[in-house]
Amino acid sequence: MTETAILVLEDGRVFNGTPYGAVGETFGEMVFNTGMTGYQETLTDPSYHRQIVAMTAPHIGNTGVNDEDPESTRIWVAGYVVREPSRVSSSWRARRSLDDALREQGVVGIAMPGTRALTRHLRERGAMRAGVFSGAALAPVEELLERVRQSPKMAGADLAGEVSTASPYVLSPVGEHRFTVAAVDLGIKAMTPERMSQRGCRVHVLPASATTADILALGPDGVFFSNGPGDPATAGFAVEALRGVLDSGTPFFGICFGNQILGRALGLPTYKLRYGHRGVNQPVMDRRTGKVEITSHNHGFAVDAPLDGPFDTPYGRAEVSHVNLNDNCVEGLRLLDRPAFSVQYHPEAAAGPHDAAYLFDEFNALMEGHRRA
Amino acid sequence: MPKRTDISSVMVIGSGPIVIGQACEFDYSGTQACRVLRAEGFRVVLVNSNPATIMTDPEFADATYVEPITPEIVEKIIDRERPDALLATLGGQTALNTAMALHEAGVLERYGVELIGADVDAIQSGENREKFKEIVAKVAREHGLNAESARSAICHTLEQCLAAAEELGYPVVVRPSFTMGGVGSGFAHDEAALRRIAGAGLDASPTSEVLLEESILGWKEYELEVMRDRADNVVIVCSIENLDPMGVHTGDSITVAPAMTLTDREYQNMRDVAIAVIREVGVDTGGCNIQFAVDPGTGRMIVIEMNPRVSRSSALASKATGFPIAKIAAKLAIGYTLPEIPNDITKETPASFEPSLDYVVVKVPRFAFEKFAGADQTLTTHMKSVGEAMAIGRSFPEALQKALRSLESKGSSFTFDDEPGDRAELVAAAATPRDGRLATVMRAIRAGAGAEELFESTRIDPWFLDQLYVIHEVAEELGAAPALSADELVKAKRYGFSDAQIAGIRGLAEAEVRALRHTLGVRPVYNTVDTCAAEFAAATPYLYSTYDEEDEVPLGDRPKVIILGSGPNRIGQGIEFDYACVHASFELSAAGFETVMVNCNPETVSTDYDTSDRLYFEPLTLEDVLEVVHAEQRTGPVAGVIVQLGGQTPLGLAQALKDAGVPVVGTSPESIHLAEERGAFGRVLAEAGLPAPKHGTALTVEEATEIAGEIGYPVLVRPSYVLGGAGMAIVYDDDNLARYMERAAADHPVLIDRFLDEAIEIDVDALYDGSELYLGGVMEHIEEAGIHSGDSACALPPITLGSLDIKRIRAATEAIAEGVGVRGLLNVQYAMSAGVLYVLEANPRASRTVPFVSKATAVPLAKAAARVMMGTTVAELRAEGMLPAEGDGGTLPLSAPIAVKEAVLPFNRFRGVDTVLGPEMRSTGEVMGIDEVFGHAYAKSQDAAYGQLPTKGRAFVSVANRDKRAMVFPVKALADLGFEILATEGTAEVLRRNGVRAKIVRKHSDGAAPGGEPTIVGRILDGEVDLIVNTPFGSPGQSGPRLDGYEIRTAAVLRGIPCITTVQGLAAAVQGIQAIVRGEVGVRSLQEHAERLRGHGDSRGDA
Repeated sequence: MTETAILVLEDGRVFNGTPYGAVGETFGEMVFNTGMTGYQETLTDPSYHRQIVAMTAPHIGNTGVNDEDPESTRIWVAGYVVREPSRVSSSWRARRSLDDALREQGVVGIAMPGTRALTRHLRERGAMRAGVFSGAALAPVEELLERVRQSPKMAGADLAGEVSTASPYVLSPVGEHRFTVAAVDLGIKAMTPERMSQRGCRVHVLPASATTADILALGPDGVFFSNGPGDPATAGFAVEALRGVLDSGTPFFGICFGNQILGRALGLPTYKLRYGHRGVNQPVMDRRTGKVEITSHNHGFAVDAPLDGPFDTPYGRAEVSHVNLNDNCVEGLRLLDRPAFSVQYHPEAAAGPHDAAYLFDEFNALMEGHRRA
Repeated sequence: MPKRTDISSVMVIGSGPIVIGQACEFDYSGTQACRVLRAEGFRVVLVNSNPATIMTDPEFADATYVEPITPEIVEKIIDRERPDALLATLGGQTALNTAMALHEAGVLERYGVELIGADVDAIQSGENREKFKEIVAKVAREHGLNAESARSAICHTLEQCLAAAEELGYPVVVRPSFTMGGVGSGFAHDEAALRRIAGAGLDASPTSEVLLEESILGWKEYELEVMRDRADNVVIVCSIENLDPMGVHTGDSITVAPAMTLTDREYQNMRDVAIAVIREVGVDTGGCNIQFAVDPGTGRMIVIEMNPRVSRSSALASKATGFPIAKIAAKLAIGYTLPEIPNDITKETPASFEPSLDYVVVKVPRFAFEKFAGADQTLTTHMKSVGEAMAIGRSFPEALQKALRSLESKGSSFTFDDEPGDRAELVAAAATPRDGRLATVMRAIRAGAGAEELFESTRIDPWFLDQLYVIHEVAEELGAAPALSADELVKAKRYGFSDAQIAGIRGLAEAEVRALRHTLGVRPVYNTVDTCAAEFAAATPYLYSTYDEEDEVPLGDRPKVIILGSGPNRIGQGIEFDYACVHASFELSAAGFETVMVNCNPETVSTDYDTSDRLYFEPLTLEDVLEVVHAEQRTGPVAGVIVQLGGQTPLGLAQALKDAGVPVVGTSPESIHLAEERGAFGRVLAEAGLPAPKHGTALTVEEATEIAGEIGYPVLVRPSYVLGGAGMAIVYDDDNLARYMERAAADHPVLIDRFLDEAIEIDVDALYDGSELYLGGVMEHIEEAGIHSGDSACALPPITLGSLDIKRIRAATEAIAEGVGVRGLLNVQYAMSAGVLYVLEANPRASRTVPFVSKATAVPLAKAAARVMMGTTVAELRAEGMLPAEGDGGTLPLSAPIAVKEAVLPFNRFRGVDTVLGPEMRSTGEVMGIDEVFGHAYAKSQDAAYGQLPTKGRAFVSVANRDKRAMVFPVKALADLGFEILATEGTAEVLRRNGVRAKIVRKHSDGAAPGGEPTIVGRILDGEVDLIVNTPFGSPGQSGPRLDGYEIRTAAVLRGIPCITTVQGLAAAVQGIQAIVRGEVGVRSLQEHAERLRGHGDSRGDA
């Protein structure tokens, strides 16, 4: 008899399948990712901390797991939902199977036919808590549902500290050293400092607990706030740190959570999207040029800012620089009187298209301009 | 950037006749383009010689020219129409080449026509290998990307070759320069082979030059479909991975979307390269595709080529993703940008995105090797398939198995209940790519082959091989299960097993499995192709079946009509049937029905989600159709299912559908049987007093000889269990009859008919509502009887039949329609011999000629047929103006234009196959020449099909004895036109006695003379001959004249010289040549022809 695994959503909807990865139980916010490539990057993206991720692409694990593509040192997702897990790893770079990697790291998953039904459900009802159960953790559904409802919610969760580096570390620039960047790790992906280093930046990666003083003590040419998990409304500490940076006039660049932190530092509200953007095919328009870039996304929260033109903030005028063409969601902010900008999506890609890589060049240009000024 | 306002009229060039490698995908793209351009208010001028296309319907363009797609003719059209712009990226290589020729001749500049889509530089950069190599190198260098071109070296001596091979590494590909048709090329696996192949290659090359290239055989092969707009926004619509590794043409490969075995890093590198290349090449707007090869051992990536235009793969990608590449390409060409265009499927989001798939799409090729005895069946880089089927599933195994059964060819689905065969033999056999290789791989798996040895043999990616093992394991589990439970059934279904396959595994009948499955409530659900993996709601019902959790079939509000399409293109069943289905859908939707299309051919217009109210991308098997009908009945009333428009495929399902309680509309299944079953049809004819050729049925040589003796030679023989002319032959004597009978399957009867030599064959398409017959058109074949109607040229109106003949044809057709009980379309084939009108066969369905007749007579026959099937009468259709108020296709005025249909044959793809025409259809497509007089129309048809008829030079004539009398006048006419006549001895004698100076040339069987005088074959190969007239004689298997003819026709194909194989064809050609010589072959649009037809309402009448 095939073993069973069960996915229980907080609203009572239940999906049946078979165990994948580790056996046991896990809880988290149920979200879906529409990327057709890049499961390894997704799994190791710290922003997925405390989330159970369902892949809409049916075949997962085909290329196994290699040593080059992880975005951090571990798998962060709380649970993994797939339709057709691969039995073989077909890639010249593969070192082990995805199933083994999940099992080694104790990530409880489920393989089930209903991934599309799940996605449609989340699309209509919004992201919600869920639990995956297999093996000894199996129990009557009512009991499992109760366990799901007891698990913590994502709204109001302060998680950056849980995923951030414990101590600072430094990436050396590739080639000539051009700039020094202080990067606050709120759940940073490996590719982000990598992209800066490729462009001649020495990147000091600092823990989420870094204060303005810690940051400026490095004498950076620019400051960066990374992506990360959780509700930006709980990130008062980071918001304070960023305000200090803005006050100092040091150039700033933020990605994802960093964009939300900038929004809050400017006094803008943030809110939870119904089911978020998670995938690698989101069309974002750069409003300055009218050009569209296909971008990598992973966010459940967004900044609420006026779309109809520049607006005033405690740091001078600001504008929404980028919008999502699917739902007009704010995807980028820019201060017009100070050297600061941020985007809600992932120019470092990994996984995803490289269309927005130019933003790292813009950060360099900003630092260059500030140094000259 | 909104729509351009500086242009107001656009010329669109289509792709001409369906040929291997250029099929109805360009009708799909062209139709989309025309629709978009007209909706945007442009005046559309269309040129396409193919009358079977939907795009050449007069309603899709303002001026539709069914004229040869040659630079000369297109220039004439430009001169008349003065378009502002030319869109040439949606009509395949034909359109692109024509546009380039017009540019090079200065025509575009002279008339101020702007090339939109891709400009001249971009087309040249994309098409020129050397330029493209430079671009790839530049892109890799400047962007730091992993991309190369295959390494190669040009060598002039054997020493250089050996040195270069050391550098490149064995095996190397050897390509001699400037040899024809790849003569002298090959793979050298070691030094000895290289010495042999390169040595011969250096000899064969007139410049003593060979190109050595590293081999990328067996590498993984990928394709990306890219769109770019004029604001430089670029998106990748789809990635496609070939299951068959490098070495098999992508058109002949099993392909999968999205790519299955790439990590994000490799995929993004490929994406970056694609985007950088399209920018560098400079395709300003529109779609293009780029092909890649990846070394499975190291990941080294080679950019193979790009097409700066919409392609077969774009059609596949459009159907696979719901992103309509051609439609968007047309919008981009007229100035819109991607973010300005909405995504049709979601309506809410823009087209500037990359589709995400939560399903797997598999395309499988359909071949027709059985039609081309002697053809090499190994799959190579030269495309040989004639069609394809696509299927969608929620997993690769499900999609693959659905696709394989969509092929409708015997043995295409995996079987698990027979002896697999010997493991080692199967593994070895799987090494050669050929039709059905995957079935061989599955047999090898069943025989115990391991994944590694199969990979070594096939180089199919281990992931795909493992998926085959999964399918095998599910089959084993299914076979071992104590009973068929719902769980077992669901599991088998999720891996794509059909009821028939399950029945085979369990030793049950298919119907039993289905009944059990329905009892257990195991039914598919239908998911939506939504472009976004369910992230957004879909507004367009484009559906596929799967055994998943939620059904997404929307509720209907109108009575529904389900139209069954024709499945993969094959010889004898192609685009013509798609035309009929699409027309029915348009018309019935307008008449208030909700139209539901079921089809599995990704090349077609019918599988465009814009065509019908709902689209089911499904195999056309009984099981799959019954489930669609069930799903539709659950969501609203189904008024009828139409089976008579999609050709033999749906027609074959009619009775079973009716038996299952499905409302089949139009001609009833019982009536279809009356027409198809010989005995029953014989009784219908007898009752109507209509003669058929004498015939009989034989199982043994003795029986056959006796019957042939009774009815007299020559006889037409064919197996009784096939349709469409497969296995047919004309036999002239006892010996050959015995040989045929020995080859024929032992347990199947052979039908023997009197073959009406020297008869005129006539094809009729008619419409019957139960009381009134509308004669759509009467077509007279140009070739003699015995050539399949699909391969034969024909003229409409008939050029040698009088009104009395037509009156008899009308009466006979009426009698058959009534006797059979037709409601809708009927096609009848007649032979007129010695004043007797024989009935050859009747098909109570849309025929291949319906679109031709519709265009030649300006009457939408298929639309009218759809209405008749739903209960409207011919009289009512006359009253509403769909049919002419009076008269029909049998009463065309004498001033009506003459339309000539000519078949296009794929012999250049199958070297070594005899090109002589016979009763078995082998053409892939057709063209139409239309003009006021027959000679002009015939000349145009030849120009469109094969290139312009020669007007001077040398004509070689060699005819069978029976043709010697009839050839004299036309050959004399050729001589009068200034042709130098060459002939073989016997023919030359006859010609000389009749005052035609003919020079005797050596036969092939004579061999070259000692003094070096070449044979006729040598002369043809040397390009000394401009026109060949060679009518075949003798029978297969004989030597002498028969073999001579074979060599002559093969040489003609090799050199692309017009080769006429019938005396009737010769007479027509002479008229055509005279028309060209007299000058001015004009052009005129279908709309103008229709205007003239309407203007001459006074019919000549046949009574």
